[in-house]
Amino acid sequence: MQILVCGGTGCRDLESEAILESLKLEVEANALENDIQVVRTGCFGLCSLGPIVKIMPDDVVYFKVKHGDAREIVEEHVIKGKKVERLLLKDPVNNKSLVSSAEMNGFKKQLRIVLRNCGVIDPENIEESIAHNGYEALGKVLTEMTPDDTIKVIKDSGLRGRGGGGFPTGIKWEIARKNKADQKYVVCNADEGDPGAFMDRSVLEGDPHAVLEAMAICGYCIEADKGLIYIRAEYPLAVARLKTAISQAREYGLLGKNIMGTGFSFDIEIRYGAGAFVCGEETALIHSMEGLRGEPTVKPPFPAEAGFRGKPTNVNNVETFACVSPIILKGADWFAGIGTARSKGTKVFALAGKINNVGLIEVPMGTTLRDVIFEIGGGIRNGKKFKAAQTGGPSGGCLTEKHLDTPIDFDNLIAAGSMMGSGGLIVMDEDDCMVSVAKFFLDFTVEESCGKCSPCRIGNKRLHELLDHITKGKGTLADLDRLRNMSLVIKDTSLCGLGQSSPNPVLSTLDNFRDEYVAHVTAKKCPAGKCRDLMEYFIIAENCVGCTACARVCPVNAITGQRKEPHVINPSICIKCGACKEKCKFDAIIVQ
Amino acid sequence: MSSIKIELRPEDVAKIKEICASFNNDPQELINVLHKCQEHFGYLPAEVQEVVSGELKVPVAKIYGVVTFYSFFTMTPKGKHPISICMGTACYVRGAEKVLDEFKKELGLQVGQTTGDGKFSLSSLRCVGACGLAPVVLVGDKTYGRVAPDDVKNILKEYE
Repeated sequence: MQILVCGGTGCRDLESEAILESLKLEVEANALENDIQVVRTGCFGLCSLGPIVKIMPDDVVYFKVKHGDAREIVEEHVIKGKKVERLLLKDPVNNKSLVSSAEMNGFKKQLRIVLRNCGVIDPENIEESIAHNGYEALGKVLTEMTPDDTIKVIKDSGLRGRGGGGFPTGIKWEIARKNKADQKYVVCNADEGDPGAFMDRSVLEGDPHAVLEAMAICGYCIEADKGLIYIRAEYPLAVARLKTAISQAREYGLLGKNIMGTGFSFDIEIRYGAGAFVCGEETALIHSMEGLRGEPTVKPPFPAEAGFRGKPTNVNNVETFACVSPIILKGADWFAGIGTARSKGTKVFALAGKINNVGLIEVPMGTTLRDVIFEIGGGIRNGKKFKAAQTGGPSGGCLTEKHLDTPIDFDNLIAAGSMMGSGGLIVMDEDDCMVSVAKFFLDFTVEESCGKCSPCRIGNKRLHELLDHITKGKGTLADLDRLRNMSLVIKDTSLCGLGQSSPNPVLSTLDNFRDEYVAHVTAKKCPAGKCRDLMEYFIIAENCVGCTACARVCPVNAITGQRKEPHVINPSICIKCGACKEKCKFDAIIVQ
Repeated sequence: MSSIKIELRPEDVAKIKEICASFNNDPQELINVLHKCQEHFGYLPAEVQEVVSGELKVPVAKIYGVVTFYSFFTMTPKGKHPISICMGTACYVRGAEKVLDEFKKELGLQVGQTTGDGKFSLSSLRCVGACGLAPVVLVGDKTYGRVAPDDVKNILKEYE
């Protein structure tokens, strides 16, 4: 029997390591260590319900476990075979306990290819990876297939880059193969910069060998013997697990010289990012690896022609690499049979925001947004109304109610004014102001623009200023047209993907929520009640007992009135800090 | 450059040289060198950059360009307890801005500043990937999840 404890970042922050230790102690205390393995795994994808403990082969999942629960889990479940009811997830409809992961709605519509081993194996033990078909695809490729055969399989599978662009992976490999050079490189882009996205991190933390194996396969195909993983320094756990994985793979002869005795050599090094969103762009990433500012350059030349140190370089994202081995083992037809006409396979999404089940999910391409949010994601928090889902991060756009039944794939998202991006999916409810959301993303872009080309450097700054004006009630209707025109110019004239997509949040909110923009500029009201400068605080005279609590807490003395008589707020002094509203025990203060 | 003038001790200079040498003084390893230097000194003052410049044979202006380009590098010393508020999208829609405002108010600091006694510094960062716990605050290595503005005072109290 195995006790699996989630060691993903979310659960670790809730002290899952302590639970792991307590479970081990309990197992030892009962002298069960020969029969029961306590294993730290990667992310299960149920981050909002963490820390997670799963008992195999019973397939029972316990939620929100504390380290004090360890004894009960071992004594009741492991020894007596009785489930610990209070730690089971309850069905929201009939309140019945849900035991296995198969019973949970969150898992029913999922299909795990990329996340096949996350939450299943111990990522720090290569033998567990090998037991789950790790490096089998590499063996098959090296002994039974030519590089051209392999590239053909990847091409036929229809795999497209998962980092955002959606470029066909097989064609990318083919181009890199055709460019002859004495040295070529395989680069894994693990610089996951989209705020609210943690897919790549979870794969690297939960199944690092999947990425190493695929990089080696790519190296074989394009005739490179060197791989580089460019990873954010902000992901210490992923870095540590990658390092462990690389050294174990070397030890087992799966990386390094003469892999599996076939004469093929391939080794992998880690390069650190230092916090620059633009480095997700492949040319910028390559410059950063060369010790320079991460500024993009004009393509062509593409990295496949002249990349790292001027040599042909193939750059793929973590999730793309994680798809490779299953395709090799199960065949191109299998992968091409999943998904939609032009988007094959599955996509991992990081669900976050105002949704009940925050976490990591993987669904076949073509799943509808409704299924993702209401079936898998468990709907909107606190029973609020769904307003929008943001995909593609700062480069993407908002999907609204009318898009709920659109099958999610690369092309449909672009048609809806958004993009796949790397897979962050942030859900917003009726309380979110879409103008503020657009401003939030522009704030991000302005900070992250590298400054090399002026449309992006200056244009985004101007867009941000206009949005700022609008949220402060200083905007006009003409500003809305100005926003649109400027957005289109920035998209057309920017050098790299960052600038070409940065106005998307503005355009998509303008298209889908024009009424909200109009309310900000004409009525000077924020319908969602988010924009502080457009709010006004009032005291309802009937409810006010004149306790003076509000007047005493007001930092600017905007509230006046006699004791035991209704007070008044002077709007010209009020700074809208909300301190009075918090203090009032009689619900006499309202915001409009 | 930085307004803080510091005098590097001979052992500090030796340490920087040692770091550079461990990367074969290769200019292409500049970012790795800077990571190691920041790990050692806590920040990257101009004086450190000058030594790196001499070792890697990269103009100090270029190094300054790299240091200021990447948000992970800083030229001001962080507080003893660096506080970072995650401003990723997930945290933002769950109210991270209000939490940040509360820290600003309590500490009397703006983002990027350090308290006079060097105890706390305040910064915002983009997504630590713990979106299930949003909004997230980091104090040193410790993570606080689902932080409400009301929790701020109590968090600070832990470090008094």
